[in-house]
Amino acid sequence: MSTINKSMTDNKKQPSSSDGPSRVDGRLKVTGAAKYSAEFAVKGLVYGVLVGSTITKGKIKSIDIKKAEHAPGVLAVITHFNSPKVPGYQVATDPGKPAVKGPVKVFNDDQILYNGQPVALVIADTFERALFAASLVNAQYIAEKHITNLKDNLGKAVATHDDTEYKRGIVDAYKSAPIIVEQEYMLPSEVHNPMELHALIARWDAADKITVWDKTQGVKDTQSNIAKLFHIPVENVQVHSKFVGGAFGSALQVWPHEVAAIIGAKVVKRPVKLVLGRADMFTSVGYRPLTWQKIGIGATAEGRLVGITHHAVGQTSTYEDFAEGPTDISRSLYACPNVNSSNKILGLDVGSPTWMRGPGDATGAFALESALDELSYKLNIDPIELRLKNYAETDPESGKPFSGKNLKDAYKLGAEGIGWKNRKQEAGSVTRDGWLLGYGMSGGVFGADREPATVKATMLADGTLVLQTAVSDIGPGTGTAMVAIASETMGIPAHQIRFDLGDSLYPNAPQQGGSTITSSVGSAVYMACRDLKEKFQQLIGNGGEDKPNYAKILKQHNLTQLQVVTDSKAGAEVDKYAMYSWSVHFVSVLVNPATGVVKLNKVVCVADSGRIISPKTARSQVIGGAVMGIGMALMEEAIFDDRYGRLINNNLADYHVPVSADIPQIEAIFVNKPDININPIGAKGMGEIALIGMAAAVANAVYNATGKRIRNLPITPDKLVDWTALT
Amino acid sequence: MKQFQYLRAATQQSTLDAISKPGTKIIAGGTNLIDLMKRGVTAPDKLVDITHLPLKNITPTKSGLHIGALALNSTVSENGIVVQKFPLLSMALKAGASPQLRNMATVGGNMMQRTRCSYFYDTTMPCNKREPGTGCGAMGGLNRMHAIFGTRDKCIAVHPSDMCVGLAALDATVIIAGKKGERRIPFTEFHRLPGEHPDVDNTLAKDEMIIGVDIPDNNFAKNSYYLKVRDRQSYAFALVSVAAGLDISNGTIRQARLAMGGVAHKPWRLFEAEKFLVGKAVSEDSFKQAAQIAMQGAKAYEYNAFKLKLAPATITEALKHASGLV
Ligand SMILES: Cc1cc2nc3c(=O)[nH]c(=O)nc-3n(C[C@H](O)[C@H](O)[C@H](O)COP(=O)(O)OP(=O)(O)OC[C@H]3O[C@@H](n4cnc5c(N)ncnc54)[C@H](O)[C@@H]3O)c2cc1C
Repeated sequence: MSTINKSMTDNKKQPSSSDGPSRVDGRLKVTGAAKYSAEFAVKGLVYGVLVGSTITKGKIKSIDIKKAEHAPGVLAVITHFNSPKVPGYQVATDPGKPAVKGPVKVFNDDQILYNGQPVALVIADTFERALFAASLVNAQYIAEKHITNLKDNLGKAVATHDDTEYKRGIVDAYKSAPIIVEQEYMLPSEVHNPMELHALIARWDAADKITVWDKTQGVKDTQSNIAKLFHIPVENVQVHSKFVGGAFGSALQVWPHEVAAIIGAKVVKRPVKLVLGRADMFTSVGYRPLTWQKIGIGATAEGRLVGITHHAVGQTSTYEDFAEGPTDISRSLYACPNVNSSNKILGLDVGSPTWMRGPGDATGAFALESALDELSYKLNIDPIELRLKNYAETDPESGKPFSGKNLKDAYKLGAEGIGWKNRKQEAGSVTRDGWLLGYGMSGGVFGADREPATVKATMLADGTLVLQTAVSDIGPGTGTAMVAIASETMGIPAHQIRFDLGDSLYPNAPQQGGSTITSSVGSAVYMACRDLKEKFQQLIGNGGEDKPNYAKILKQHNLTQLQVVTDSKAGAEVDKYAMYSWSVHFVSVLVNPATGVVKLNKVVCVADSGRIISPKTARSQVIGGAVMGIGMALMEEAIFDDRYGRLINNNLADYHVPVSADIPQIEAIFVNKPDININPIGAKGMGEIALIGMAAAVANAVYNATGKRIRNLPITPDKLVDWTALT
Repeated sequence: MKQFQYLRAATQQSTLDAISKPGTKIIAGGTNLIDLMKRGVTAPDKLVDITHLPLKNITPTKSGLHIGALALNSTVSENGIVVQKFPLLSMALKAGASPQLRNMATVGGNMMQRTRCSYFYDTTMPCNKREPGTGCGAMGGLNRMHAIFGTRDKCIAVHPSDMCVGLAALDATVIIAGKKGERRIPFTEFHRLPGEHPDVDNTLAKDEMIIGVDIPDNNFAKNSYYLKVRDRQSYAFALVSVAAGLDISNGTIRQARLAMGGVAHKPWRLFEAEKFLVGKAVSEDSFKQAAQIAMQGAKAYEYNAFKLKLAPATITEALKHASGLV
């Protein structure tokens, strides 16, 4: 297992069967047979459309719903004036104390907290009729002054509830170092924008019993949240979410539109389908918060880090204290004796942000890795060498040994892949066909966790193995990886294995977030298979073969099936080791010296995330992360007109994500050394690290090409054109 | 979206009859109109589908090429004569939208497409183009994409088309049909500047329709280039685009055609710069001088000042490509 897997390094090359199994649900997806939440033909279905607030802050004065109610096919128009109360919303607040913060309570009162907040739900017998009637709802508001601008209000930021301040060694030690970089960075707010819109179908089966088909990253969490909100027993809530067309963190919680549909279904006593429009996707299901950062970094003349100071202010809403940890990365990525940081938030009159792929660390890595690159030029040291000089052999934060770390291998593989030796240390010195050529690199890191998970494994009479657990698969290929683990453990071919997921009836599994699923559920699958095998061993006694014929054994023993339910969770190792996955991104870019257009020339991403279970889907993860990072670096930005508190680019024509023409050859390389200390399968997460650090690699390459450092993403041509005028 | 009637026109005459009634609009590919209807920017009572009229032809004429108003953007961009004799048009078309959109979009619809200004699209915001008298959201707002030429306080929106920049450079003529028969106007006079009436994009009367464009033969085919600078490599509107056509003989420019997109309420033809280039030797220096001339009268707003640098740089680059300097 210690061999380095470079077999699928070229995305122009078709992966072959030697690269591991193909997606178990690939055929279902490409033929349209895979059903997503909005696609279930539930009997008696009616359709809901939300009406959003057009002011940013204030109160609802009145809502005229008469016209909408009388429009053809309309069954109900629900507003806070007539909505049944959601029992879970009625939290008692101590008099005199500030109101408890939490998600927006839909149709609960007259308060408007952000532009686009749902003020009415129209339900009709067809989607088109509901949409038309929604345009007839006339809400009047009493507007109040709002604030949606972070940059102008940084001084009003407050400490986050946890982990606000961090201190190791001397505060601001960097200031006394001979070589210093001190810079500010802005990362705009980014929107998840998965291809599949958020959607659900809600059906009340009895007064205290409900079924939902919902886009979610965690059926169990959705189940318990709905139960809490509507005060019904957990087992009376059924959540189905077999297929999810991407989420990136946007489906980790129950949002107001989900509660609205459930209220609606109660009112009309029919199952209600509600699909958000693309514009709603920008305001209703979170986003990566706009974040200001300041980094001070100091080094000795030889390039040893003396100190890092990292401050961040992230945007949140006025009603929720959402905070990422963008400064965390500065504590653990490099061996540095003195580190201090502060992480603050600023509540603006906007909808709440939420987790988005690589939360915190993707933001922090942009600042830290840009600063480190800048430092390397000041020191006139190769950026890789600078990183190796400050390589952390043990976790700088906890002092613990790492459960497994092969980052040096990753640097080497990536440098070879991109042709780092062709890079010139002098910025702006290489041209190719009239374009400037530059190389950049950056690292990423993300905590490797293992959550409790339970798997039910059943061997059926015909030799089919059925695995069941309540995990979601939002696209990374979870099912494929789980089948691969089971296939190897049981010694049976993949096509004899069925992996059932996405249903709250199945045993417990964590939400699909934080790159934990392969480690958590993968370990549970492995252990369940081992237990099942053991049970077979007991049946046949000692001396059984390594690849037993399970169907035959069942028949011999007159059994129709054999089943185990196995719990799995982390143990004492979590106290012994610091556990992380790492990535290194290498990029070469071409920059047009006249127009400031940046074109990616080549990308090489190396992941050090333990054993690679499913090479094909792992490779897709890495490519997807790189593409997302290119978007972060070059184009993604949700733009508010602060005068109105409204987005001006809430559609996919104006909010740019990369298209195929923006994407160069992307090589995915895996160090592929199992982490023997984290879990029995040796695999760690890689969804987040595929993105974390990528944007800095692009920005660093742009600097190497041009000598112009952009610290305010995205790097659009207008930001480089000032520089072009000088050349 | 408001309910509306749909009529499929069988003849040009029945189309003209239909659009003479208020609240009636032509629909061709629908790629712009349907979006505007969904957003509530426009709310016609009746749509007249003209896609069955015989206006799809691309035919050589005595002195050039005729292109019917219903010829698809994709068809025109790949037409053999267009590619060979008017490559500038083919390049401009291919720089626009996406293959899927170009497969639906028509020449007439492309000319009539409305601005992509965010304030025009959002019916909760002020916009003199959408609702005269409400003000201009972009003036004091986020105007990175907006005009630097020919603006007025009432409107600083740009015309978003790439094809039209090519046609403006190629001296095309628009053929228009109305109740009183046909009329022909130069392409550069089809679209208008905002002036006091930013709600009016062009000089087509409400009861008229476009039936085609004529492009005269020229000597620019060998030295043509369309350069579009945008925020991503495809499927984005121009920050600045330049259509350049040169007639070069022995290293000397005999004639030049230049037009810009993304800078004005209409495709922006650079007549003065063209004049300057006539008789000049092919050189980066003369291209830079031409670009400076082209920029006279440009005026920037809070977020689009970069266009004052990007536009001349793009003109120079486009001319370098057209002349073979790069
Ligand atoms: C996401 C997106 C990106 C785009 N990107 C670009 C781009 O980069 N560059 C670019 O140039 N374009 C771009 N476009 C615009 C596209 O080119 C236009 O939508 C298209 O050309 C319109 O043609 P259509 O036939 O679909 O017009 P329709 O939508 O059918 O009609 C548009 C207007 O023209 C009128 N009309 C149509 N035909 C006639 C006629 N013969 N006579 C009189 N009036 C008529 C209609 O009444 C309507 O008002 C983009 C569009 C979208 C949606």
